[in-house]
Amino acid sequence: MNLTLQVWRQKNGDDKGRLETYDAKDISADMSFLEMLDVVNEGLVQRGAEPIAFDSDCREGICGMCSLVINGVPHGAQYEPGTATCQLHMRRFKDGDTIVIEPWRAKAFPVVKDLVCNRSAFDRVIQAGGFVSTDTGGTPDGNALPISKNDADRAMDAAACIGCGACVAACKNASAMLFVAAKVSHLAQLPQGRVEAKERVQKMVAQMDKEGFGNCSNQSECQAVCPKEISVDFISQMNREYLKSPV
Amino acid sequence: MTLESNVPSGPLEGKWDKHRFEMKLVNPANKRKYSVIIVGSGLAGASAAASMAELGYKVKCFCFQDSPRRAHSIAAQGGINAAKNYPNDGDSIQRLFYDTIKGGDFRSREANVYRLAQVSNQIIDQCVAQGVPFAREYGGLLDNRSFGGALVSRTFYARGQTGQQLLLGAYQALERQIGLGAVQMFPRTEMQDIVLIDGRARGIVTRNLLTGKIESHAADAVVLATGGYGNVFFLSTNAVGCNVTATYRAFKKGAFFANPCYTQIHPTCIPVSGDHQSKLTLMSESLRNDGRVWAPKKKGDQRSPDQIPEDDRDYFLERKYPTYGNLAPRDISSRAAKQVCDEGRGVGPGGRGVYLDFADAIKRLGLKAVKGRYGNLFDMYERITGENPYKVPMRIYPAVHYTMGGLWVDYNLMSNIPGLHVIGEANFSDHGANRLGASALMQGLADGYFVLPYTISHYLATMPKSPVTVEHAEFKKAEKEAADRLEKLLSIKGKRTVTSFHRELGLLLWEYCGMARNDAGLRKALARIPEIRAEFWKNVNVLGEETDFNQALEKAGRVADFLEFGELMVQDALHRTESCGGHFREESQSDDGEAKRDDANFSYVAAWQFAGEGKPAILNKEPLVFENVHLATRSYK
Repeated sequence: MNLTLQVWRQKNGDDKGRLETYDAKDISADMSFLEMLDVVNEGLVQRGAEPIAFDSDCREGICGMCSLVINGVPHGAQYEPGTATCQLHMRRFKDGDTIVIEPWRAKAFPVVKDLVCNRSAFDRVIQAGGFVSTDTGGTPDGNALPISKNDADRAMDAAACIGCGACVAACKNASAMLFVAAKVSHLAQLPQGRVEAKERVQKMVAQMDKEGFGNCSNQSECQAVCPKEISVDFISQMNREYLKSPV
Repeated sequence: MTLESNVPSGPLEGKWDKHRFEMKLVNPANKRKYSVIIVGSGLAGASAAASMAELGYKVKCFCFQDSPRRAHSIAAQGGINAAKNYPNDGDSIQRLFYDTIKGGDFRSREANVYRLAQVSNQIIDQCVAQGVPFAREYGGLLDNRSFGGALVSRTFYARGQTGQQLLLGAYQALERQIGLGAVQMFPRTEMQDIVLIDGRARGIVTRNLLTGKIESHAADAVVLATGGYGNVFFLSTNAVGCNVTATYRAFKKGAFFANPCYTQIHPTCIPVSGDHQSKLTLMSESLRNDGRVWAPKKKGDQRSPDQIPEDDRDYFLERKYPTYGNLAPRDISSRAAKQVCDEGRGVGPGGRGVYLDFADAIKRLGLKAVKGRYGNLFDMYERITGENPYKVPMRIYPAVHYTMGGLWVDYNLMSNIPGLHVIGEANFSDHGANRLGASALMQGLADGYFVLPYTISHYLATMPKSPVTVEHAEFKKAEKEAADRLEKLLSIKGKRTVTSFHRELGLLLWEYCGMARNDAGLRKALARIPEIRAEFWKNVNVLGEETDFNQALEKAGRVADFLEFGELMVQDALHRTESCGGHFREESQSDDGEAKRDDANFSYVAAWQFAGEGKPAILNKEPLVFENVHLATRSYK
């Protein structure tokens, strides 16, 4: 199939940036979206034009590195819900389509170049408290503390977050509530994480605000684009943890 | 040159304990005076960085991704082994040790593997304490499942995302130390070279991938945790950014590269669909617990799988290996699939595929149970292929997955360069010629949490104190070399893209140094690689600037190293005329087509030494001594 791409090009953080139009020719339906961009980039290099910068690494939907807004929706979730950009395949598009491709847009995720942005704010939110304070060694036997299957499963539902930032990109307030809630809930659900649950939620929320992420207005856009389909129920859980946390 | 493995004397079970007692310790108050550089932030790198910082050392950690959480350990699906024997099915440290040695086709070092089995249990405890949400039984205890190459259930898992959860555990421990100021993290930073002063590893030169800035970092010891080199084949299950650069640059500075020809081809991957493909996707080995592998008995059988009756199907793994059946180890299962396809019985486009069928499992367990166990893998398969594996059997074919070879290290995980330590997939030590499933996560975390923190302390406590700074001439020289090389890549302005060279190299290696290798093919590859490399340096086209975020330039540097490394791999494969594990030489096979080892001539580690540009590497041998296991023909029948 042949497609028209409108791609966000921005030289660096200081540049204003603009959409530029490219043709994507002879695209196979079996290609992934990123492989389609690889093909376009090969063509650009052949013509002596600088290739489009975009992030990707594992290309199997788990590392969270890829981050494209496709026709207005992060990861192109309107075409294939519950997946990262790298697992979106071209069979979802048809010949003659125009596809607009943009980076994540949020104050806390400044654009580095073209479609690449800086998500280190997420790392700093984790640094603030997204862990169990246990050093290596001296831990009890793995079976010392039974955990109900339901709790373990629910913790895993939250822990599945890949930290891609689509939730922020989809939110009109650029809120990181789903990301933060996923980590708060994952650890609060388990006895190992309960010990520090109060301090954790306080510190992570404070850091989230400090990074410039907005607030939640309960529209669930984040859940709709989340490649791991993490539920907004965890935002309620985080709010509950937060309300009972003052020390 | 003799290679000193530094394995402690005494009985196998007591070696690690004895060694821990004999190793020197650093006074707690002095630990903050020592600095350690860790390159890579996967399971091995992140766990080592966090553990070293907890002990009080000053740590700098580097990764090329935008966050340490992206490292490719994250993609491991199936699980992590440990000798807990929770299911009461006969497991023990001795059995995990033996299975791993046997799985590696008797080409790994006994003492290292035994230690790995010993610390395996601590890893599970550590991860549980970090809040890793392992799968549990209804009674609240940890669940186990079986994996290839073992007759016991010793694999712990977190759905199909075990690597992700273990990495996030290590990442969170690392972020905690970053927050405390004990680790300085450098994301989007790539190592360009390693710096030796007075024969010791004293630092690295890096490139900031956002600004292009070349910088030096000095330290008392350097640790490489940079993963494997599977991407030398272009198509593999590795992340697109995985590369050999750090370990290869260390090789060029004198570190020995051990057994580069030992590459693991994983049997259950989604077959190649076209030329555009940028990577291959693994379907976890855990699927073989319930899925049955088969191909049509007749050549060129074009019927759809549901139209092929039982009698016309060949469940070839169950037929050839009745004891292990569909859980035969990876190298053996891969070769069996290749044989079937070579006989013209393959399925799917180009006849390069076999079926992995869940119809029986769905009948036996019900759709819901199968969905519960493998739902995310089935979804992923459907997204990539457009086929529903609940209804039609999956098509699978082997693909490059893991590399057992790596930089040579002694029992202390130190290379032959004093101060240069290598951990995780980047070293060669524990998996011999074939790795068993769920053992990579075990080794990465064993090295990082429970081995390196002890052994590196011993190194620091015994090394002569001699402060160095980045002003040293060796740093300046390495910085200049790195800058010159990048400038050269940008100045060629030829006609071919970096990717086209990478693909050409990869296809060549897959054909001649892939699942089956022979003398003539390897010689062909050995002649061809220098030609591709010469053309690369004359005709590659890398656009953009050095002082900018330039992904094409990053890739060009990595491919340039693959173009040299590929030759080393072929050289090793050519010299090892025996078959063992993942290294199958067609000249050395038994009557029924199984790999035939030659213990009399090849029971050694091949540690290659850089001999200068354009010269063949020099072979050094570390003999493998087996005091505790009897070298047997590896049979899974």
